[in-house]
Amino acid sequence: MSARPVPIRDGLFSVEVAESGTGRPTLYLHGELLPPTWQPWMDGFATDRRLIAPQHPGFGRSTGLEHLDDLLDLVVYYLDVLDVLDLDAFDLIGESFGGMLAAEIAAFAPRRVRRLALIAPIGLWIDGVPTPDVFGLPASELHQLAWSDPSSQAARGFAPDLGDDAERFRATIERTRSLMAAGKFVWPIADKGLRKRLHRITAPTLLLWGDRDQVVQPAYGRLFQGKIRGSELVTVANAGHFPLLEQPPEAVAALRSFFDR
Amino acid sequence: MRFHWFHLMPYQDLPPDFSERYHSVWVDVPSRLFDPVACHRMYHEYLDELEAADRLGFDGICVNEHHQNAYGMMPSPNLMASTLARRTSHAAIVVMGNSIALYNPPTRVAEEFAMLDVLSGGRLVAGFPVGTSMDSNYCYGQTPATLRDKYDEAHDLILQAWTRPEPFAFNGKYTQLRYVNIWPRPYQKPHPPIWVPGGGSIETWEWVARRNYVYSYLSYSGYKRGKRLMDGYWDTVDRLGIDHNPYRAGFAQVVVVADSDNQAEADYWEHVQYFYNKCLHVYPGFADAPGYRTMRTLEAQLPSLSGSTPAPARQAATWRDLVDGGAVVAGSPATVRDQLREVIKTLHVGHLMVLIQIGNMPREKALRSTELFAREVLPALRGMWSEWPDHWYPSGAQAVTP
Repeated sequence: MSARPVPIRDGLFSVEVAESGTGRPTLYLHGELLPPTWQPWMDGFATDRRLIAPQHPGFGRSTGLEHLDDLLDLVVYYLDVLDVLDLDAFDLIGESFGGMLAAEIAAFAPRRVRRLALIAPIGLWIDGVPTPDVFGLPASELHQLAWSDPSSQAARGFAPDLGDDAERFRATIERTRSLMAAGKFVWPIADKGLRKRLHRITAPTLLLWGDRDQVVQPAYGRLFQGKIRGSELVTVANAGHFPLLEQPPEAVAALRSFFDR
Repeated sequence: MRFHWFHLMPYQDLPPDFSERYHSVWVDVPSRLFDPVACHRMYHEYLDELEAADRLGFDGICVNEHHQNAYGMMPSPNLMASTLARRTSHAAIVVMGNSIALYNPPTRVAEEFAMLDVLSGGRLVAGFPVGTSMDSNYCYGQTPATLRDKYDEAHDLILQAWTRPEPFAFNGKYTQLRYVNIWPRPYQKPHPPIWVPGGGSIETWEWVARRNYVYSYLSYSGYKRGKRLMDGYWDTVDRLGIDHNPYRAGFAQVVVVADSDNQAEADYWEHVQYFYNKCLHVYPGFADAPGYRTMRTLEAQLPSLSGSTPAPARQAATWRDLVDGGAVVAGSPATVRDQLREVIKTLHVGHLMVLIQIGNMPREKALRSTELFAREVLPALRGMWSEWPDHWYPSGAQAVTP
């Protein structure tokens, strides 16, 4: 994996882009609840394709959040990023907040997205199944909620109480920055009109959901499926909101079999 | 030296096991705990207390804005200020304040404050808070990342609405208006004094100092903990080359007065406890939405916060902890006098907002404490800072000499 900063709009923004592998370009858009860092499953996934993982503005090392006022600004920013990265036809994966964004991009630029995988995306709202307010949960409570097994080895690696004071301080700052940045576009409820745009998605679409997701409940998977023509919903057993981290063999296999078709 | 009598208007009838049994006093406090008949009584007792403070010679009477909570029952402080404008005639009416980023369009605040200023004959202090995170982000749905930017824009719009003589167009990021031309206009010229309540955001110090407003620090940790923040403000004032007029600063302090130090504990401990255990029982997830504090403020505050007293420990605090720590200034008039002199000097503040009715303190006790304060504490401290002019007191107000 190599990472580099890429200037966007003559340097108004700097986007930190990590990438690995060669082959079909695949853009990965990270979620809002975990650090936007390269994960081990990505190496396995990038063996026969080029996986490109930018950090959203205001997350990690990417800058320029102050120049974006709303979701439309963010989508247009990503259209600029696609141009700069020369991504004309690509596969697209997005998780949670990144999933919502991936769906927006696929709706705004349907001809550029070849295949689309949304992993527990936010972006819709069901009155009878309100999603929990992840912004209003202390890190420890969010950790309990987001993982199917919060005490598993996979989950422990992301536990908010790891490390010494200085590390926890840094983690709190990072987490706050990430949630502030995501909140700029989705506060206080992530229903920002995606529902009216999903019909524009033409890419074959996979919806991947942990069967025990309590952050974006599986009912939302069925709603997305009903709104994206021809989409398929695959559920990963014993997984919460992060199926790729919690059940990597099954979740990565599901992604592979979808993208290799 | 100015003394202002500050009411939060807490709900008094929370159950004894409230903090163990319920999630939060704010945002999602259960509605079934609210009794409108009891609140009717509380409102009238509280207004009696504020009106008494006016008669007893306080410089100001203060109300403020909070939402969806049992800590302070004034979603609209302007309604309370309005009745106080009719029922009082001396003290400044310090609305501390209207959370200007919450109003759409913010000219609503310009209009209502102008109404209050006219109604009271120029006794209004216009407070412009950002609002707590509970109020602004969770109850009123404001985006944390843009709250301060929206606040700045609302401030600019209100100031222009008060001072520009001709109708004008306002093309803001958050508010667009073709015609701004409020009517009525403020009684005070060019506009009522502006006080900004702060919770310790470091950007606010410079913002306030540059605009020549009053910075007022509201905290329940008392003056010993507040000193670090007030010092930060005064350092900023220094850095900008502005004078150290103490009337540039206010501080809110819980104060209870009795005939003796022991009597103070006997009379008031129950109510102080109610306040610290129940009224401040805020779920930590609601206290500080991500982005509510700027990253700069967060980075400055976080290291010290990690060593601070967490909520459960605060609940175990004893009377002595709170009094010795300076969170509560309590005791005989002589004790309170000495300690407040120390508070005023240490923090270098010209406006002291005293919270005398606290928690579930009944009217009789609140009035008793208020009378003792007015007769035996206030006159002795009145002369402090007499070498400085107070440019931030409403032109139509004048405390009565009882």
